[in-house]
Amino acid sequence: MSLRREVKTHIRRSPYQALAATLTMFLTFLVGGVFFLATMASVAILGYFEGKPQVTVFFTPKAGQIEADSLKTKLEATGKVSGTHFVSKEDALAIYRAQNQNDPLLLEMVTADILPASLEVSATDPQYLSELAQVIQGSEGVDEVIYQRDVVDSLLAWTNAIRWVGGTLALLLVIDSLLIIGTVIAMKIALKRDEVEILTLVGATPWAIRAPFILEGGLYGLTGASIASLILTIVIVWLRPYLFSFLGVIPILAVMLGSITSSAFLISIATFMVGTMLLGFILGALGSSIALRRYLK
Amino acid sequence: MIYFNNVSKYYSGKIPGLVDVTLEIKPGEFVFLIGPSGSGKTTFLRLLIRDLIPSSGTIMIDTVDISKFAASNIFTLRRKVGIVFQDFKLLLDRTVFENVAMVLEIIGKPERDIEDGVMNVLGLVGLAEKKNLFPMQLSAGEMQRTSIARAIVGGPKILLADEPTGNLDPDTAWGIIEILKEINALGTTVIVASHNADIVNRLKKRTLTLEHGRMVRDEAKGRYHLDKSGKMMHKGGKHNVAT
Repeated sequence: MSLRREVKTHIRRSPYQALAATLTMFLTFLVGGVFFLATMASVAILGYFEGKPQVTVFFTPKAGQIEADSLKTKLEATGKVSGTHFVSKEDALAIYRAQNQNDPLLLEMVTADILPASLEVSATDPQYLSELAQVIQGSEGVDEVIYQRDVVDSLLAWTNAIRWVGGTLALLLVIDSLLIIGTVIAMKIALKRDEVEILTLVGATPWAIRAPFILEGGLYGLTGASIASLILTIVIVWLRPYLFSFLGVIPILAVMLGSITSSAFLISIATFMVGTMLLGFILGALGSSIALRRYLK
Repeated sequence: MIYFNNVSKYYSGKIPGLVDVTLEIKPGEFVFLIGPSGSGKTTFLRLLIRDLIPSSGTIMIDTVDISKFAASNIFTLRRKVGIVFQDFKLLLDRTVFENVAMVLEIIGKPERDIEDGVMNVLGLVGLAEKKNLFPMQLSAGEMQRTSIARAIVGGPKILLADEPTGNLDPDTAWGIIEILKEINALGTTVIVASHNADIVNRLKKRTLTLEHGRMVRDEAKGRYHLDKSGKMMHKGGKHNVAT
């Protein structure tokens, strides 16, 4: 009997066990997939905010390029600054105009004079921010300082929470899946003990005896993971316009979610689906291997 | 060539299965293995297929010490040694053809060779017409013939038969023995563990007698030395023991 027919027969003869194993795998990958995608999105969001200037220094109306250059020199001397960017009153006006281009009334009332010049500062490490703050506060012409740190810290806390909750839940489900696949395969081994004994006696290689069981477990994992990844893909496609309006400011997510026909979106989805299916097969085969190790000496 | 050199097997370290057996079986021999229940016949056969490892001594097949086979390589030995059981050990959900064919499938023979090989041995055991029947549709004799076909389809050098006629009526039992003789005539070494005094006595083949795990007789044209209750019959207390 060919390996394919052998596996087909195994599954056909105990459909409820096969269904239980596949459903468990499906749930594992559905929950795991949701948390994986949430973690990936939160990492992208976090990366975006971490890459943004962490401190924005607004100068008094009379201060400008000279004060900014002086502050920039002092900050760079600390060696803890990764970059600075000066935004002049004119630049600020240009940004303001771009942001309010659809509202002529707001544009009419604002001139470059009433907008403050600012210096955007990024630290090499967020932990240096308090030290840099002291340098900034004592500088001439500084009116107001805005920190991104609070936003980043809050995002970091959320990302870690998602990682921990998702990771723990996924780990529990992985253990559950391994146990269920292992139990199903152990039952199959018990049912086929005579066949295994005969195959051993007539000279079947250890692999020839084990392969149908490993492939069967792998198939449960593959099926469960395929259904889960397919459902998640449909949900992503369905939610894409909402996600884009919400997360579109983040460049990497904007590229991915911009269009379902874009290569970035298609490659991401294909990688996610293939990766999930591969992982499903490996997990199922691993569950079988554990059972074989335990029950087929 | 099979060599047993001071082979002993103790279960749980102390219960004797086989005790200090030394013998040699030449290629192409037909050997009966007799002895009461628990005398060590099955232990002897299981040691030959490396289903058991001797507690001491060495078992050689040709130049290979089979007790030193790695567990992952036992299959190479099993392809050289066919075995037939009293309870047939057939897969009930497979046809006669499929039961026999699996031996060739597992060694990766092409489909055409499998078809030819299986039909050849089914012809030898007289079951070609019944190749599509399932074991439950066969008589006990036919099941045993299927089992023999499965054991020889891979062309083993040695064929072991553990009480192959134990579940059969006398006429059917003789039919099985005739097939084993035919296989032996083709050059295969055949070792038959048997309780059938009639067959052993009429065939006058080499007979090894085991008692409490020890080999108490090795006779070139042996006869059955057990009474109907399965106890050894001693003639003047003399044993012909090979050393």
